[in-house]
Amino acid sequence: MTVGLFIPCYVDQFYPNAAIATLELLEKLGVRVVYPPKQTCCGQPMANSGFEHLTKESNDLFIKNFREFDYIVAPSGSCVLHMKDHLHSDKYPAEAKAMRGKVYELIEFLTDVLKVDSLKARFPHKVGLHQSCHGQRGLKLAQMSELVAPAFSKPEQLLRLVEGLELVELTRQDECCGFGGTFCVAEEAVSVKMGKDRVADHVQHGADYITASDMSCLMHMEGILHRQKSQVKVLHIAEILNAQEL
Amino acid sequence: MKETKDHAALADTFNADEDRVNWHDETLWFVRQKRDRAAHTIPDWELLRETASQIKHNVLSNLHAYLLQFEANAKANGIIVHWATDAAEHNQIVHAILQKHGVGRMVKSKSMLTEECHLNEYLSENGIEVIDTDLGERIVQLAKEPPSHIVLPCIHKKKEEIGELFHEHLGTPAGISDPQVLTEAARQHLRETFLTRRAALTGVNFAVAETGEFVICTNEGNADMGAHLADVHIACMGIEKIIPERKHLGVFLRLLARSATGQPITTYSSHFKKPREGHELHLVLVDNGRSTQLGREDFRNSLKCIRCGACMNTCPVYRRSGGHSYHTAVAGPIGAILAPNLDMKANADLPFASTLCGSCSNVCPVKIDIHDQLYKWRQVIVKEGYADTTKTIGMQAMTQVFASPTTFKLAGKAGRWFMRHAPFAVNNKLNPWYKQREMPVPPKESFGEWYLRKRKGKNE
Repeated sequence: MTVGLFIPCYVDQFYPNAAIATLELLEKLGVRVVYPPKQTCCGQPMANSGFEHLTKESNDLFIKNFREFDYIVAPSGSCVLHMKDHLHSDKYPAEAKAMRGKVYELIEFLTDVLKVDSLKARFPHKVGLHQSCHGQRGLKLAQMSELVAPAFSKPEQLLRLVEGLELVELTRQDECCGFGGTFCVAEEAVSVKMGKDRVADHVQHGADYITASDMSCLMHMEGILHRQKSQVKVLHIAEILNAQEL
Repeated sequence: MKETKDHAALADTFNADEDRVNWHDETLWFVRQKRDRAAHTIPDWELLRETASQIKHNVLSNLHAYLLQFEANAKANGIIVHWATDAAEHNQIVHAILQKHGVGRMVKSKSMLTEECHLNEYLSENGIEVIDTDLGERIVQLAKEPPSHIVLPCIHKKKEEIGELFHEHLGTPAGISDPQVLTEAARQHLRETFLTRRAALTGVNFAVAETGEFVICTNEGNADMGAHLADVHIACMGIEKIIPERKHLGVFLRLLARSATGQPITTYSSHFKKPREGHELHLVLVDNGRSTQLGREDFRNSLKCIRCGACMNTCPVYRRSGGHSYHTAVAGPIGAILAPNLDMKANADLPFASTLCGSCSNVCPVKIDIHDQLYKWRQVIVKEGYADTTKTIGMQAMTQVFASPTTFKLAGKAGRWFMRHAPFAVNNKLNPWYKQREMPVPPKESFGEWYLRKRKGKNE
C-alpha cells in the first residue's frame, strides 16, 4: 500500500512539525508514504469564499500529484472534506471521481483503514480535544451532540491509546472555534469571540494542551492563547499520537 | 432600498459589550440544551425528523395540487381565501378587508410573514394602528425594533430593559425587573386591547389540504383570544405552510415545540376551520418569492422550514452576533438562506456570516441542508457579481499562487522570511487577524523544504 501524503498549504508553511509527525506516524505503522513535492492547496479557501469556479487549476494540479496512489491521506478534516465533496475536473473526470473515494483524513485512515488498536506513544499531560467541525460533522469522525444517536469518537479512541494522556471533559463538547476560513478575518469580531470562548472551556477544565485533527482551528486558538500570554499550548493530534515523551 | 451595515459590521458593534454577548450566548445555549433534552426523550427522534422532511418533500413536489385542494376545502368551510403574489399585494389585501369593515385598530398575534411583508409599517402609513399581542412582539414593538428571533422576538432584551420600556409606555413603576410583575402588567394592558378591537390578524403554522383547516401554535393563547373576540379574523400564511393530511400534525407538532423551546408541545395548538356565525374568516396565501425559491433546485428545501428557530439557538455565530445583525425579518442560518432569494444584493453578506460548522443542519427538524445551502449561495452571489472587489482580487491572486508549485514555494518562503525579519509588516492594525490574535510563529523551514533535505531520493 502506498499513501500519497497531502499536507495543507498553511501546515506546510507554518506547522511543519504536524506534517512531520503525520509522516513518521504513518511510517511507524508500516505504511509506505510518498510526499509529492509539487503540491500546493486543496482549493478550499477560494471555494468557501464563493470562488469555487477559480479552483479548476488547483484541482487539476492535485489530481496530477496524487492520482497514482492507493490512498491519499491528509492531517486535516477540512481539506479532506472539501476534496470529498468538491474535487471535480473537466480534464480528468474519472480520476477526480475515483480520488474523492480515496482521500482520507489521518484519524479516519488510522481507525478505519489501518484499524489501529495500539500505539507506542506516551504523552503524560492533560489534553483537551477540540472537535473540528468539518472532521466531526462533515466526515463523521465523532458523534454530534445535536443528534439522538449512539456516541463514538475516532480521535478520542486513538488518544485513549496514548500512555499517560489525560483527556479533560468540556462543557460544550462540539462547539465551533470560529476559525471558518476567510470568516476569521471577514467576521473578525465574532470569530475571535468564538475562539476566546472555546479556549476558555479548555482552560477552565485544566487542559495543558488543546489538540484537534485540524491545524486551522488550532492556529486560530493559538493566536488567542498567545495574545492572552497563556501557557496552554496547541498540538496537532498527529504530534500527540507520535509523541515519545518520557 | 434602505442602506444597512453588513452582518460583520453589525456583529462588531454587538461585540463591543462582551458581557452582553456572554449573556446572549448563554441564554440561547440554554434553549439549545432544553431542545437536546426534549429530543432525547424520543428514541426515534431522527426517524421523526426524516419523516417530517419527506412529508415536506412531497408537499413541495406537489405544491400546486395541494394548494388548490386546500383552497377548495377552505372555501367549502366558509373561509374567504385570497392570493397574494408579493408583500405589496398581501398588505393591500389586508388593508382592503379592514377598510371594508371600517376598522382602524387591529390586534395581531405573532406572524413572521407580516414582518417579512412589513405590514405594520404599511398599515400605520394608512392610518391603522396595529397592536402586537405576543408578549415578546409587544416588547419589541414598544421599543420600535424588529424581532431579533422568530420564536423569541425579544431575546436580546434583558428584563431590566423591559422594565424601563414598560415604565415608559405602560406606566409601571420605575425599576421593576420581576418577570411575573412585568408579564402581569402587559396582560392587563393587552386585555383591554383585546376587548376593544374588532379585527385580529394571526399567522399560520400548518394548513391542512385534506380538511381546509389551519393550525396556530402559541404558548400565550393570544392568537385565540384575538381571533375569538374579533368580528373579523385574518390569517396570513406563506404557501409553503401546507401539509397534506391532518394526521401529519402528529409528526410536526411533536417536532415543532421540542425543537423550538424544548417543550413537548405548545400550550395551545388551535385549529381554525370555519367562521363563527356572523363573523368573517379570511385567509391570505402569500407567495412573495417562494415560487422562485421552489424553482431553485439547490435551495428548494429551505421551503420545508417550520419556523422553530432551532438553527438560531444552536448557531455559534447567531448567539454571538444577535438577530439584528442579520438585518432581515428571519435571522440566523435559515434567514441567511432565505433572504438572498428575496433580495440578493441587500443580503449578499448573510451566507458568509457562518463558519459552515453544520450544527444548524443537525438540529433542523425537517432536515434542511442549511450549511450546504450557505456554501451554494456563496457561489451564486459571487457569480452574480455581488462579492466586493478587494475580495475578488485577493481570491484571483490566491488562485495564481496555488496554481503554480514554484510560485507557492517562493511566496511561502518570502512570507515566512518577512514575518521573521519584518514582523511589523503583518503585525499591524491593517491585519484583522492581528487585532485580537497573534500571528503564527513562522518556522525557518517549511515541511516541503524539510522533506527535500531529509528524504530526497528516498521515496522517489
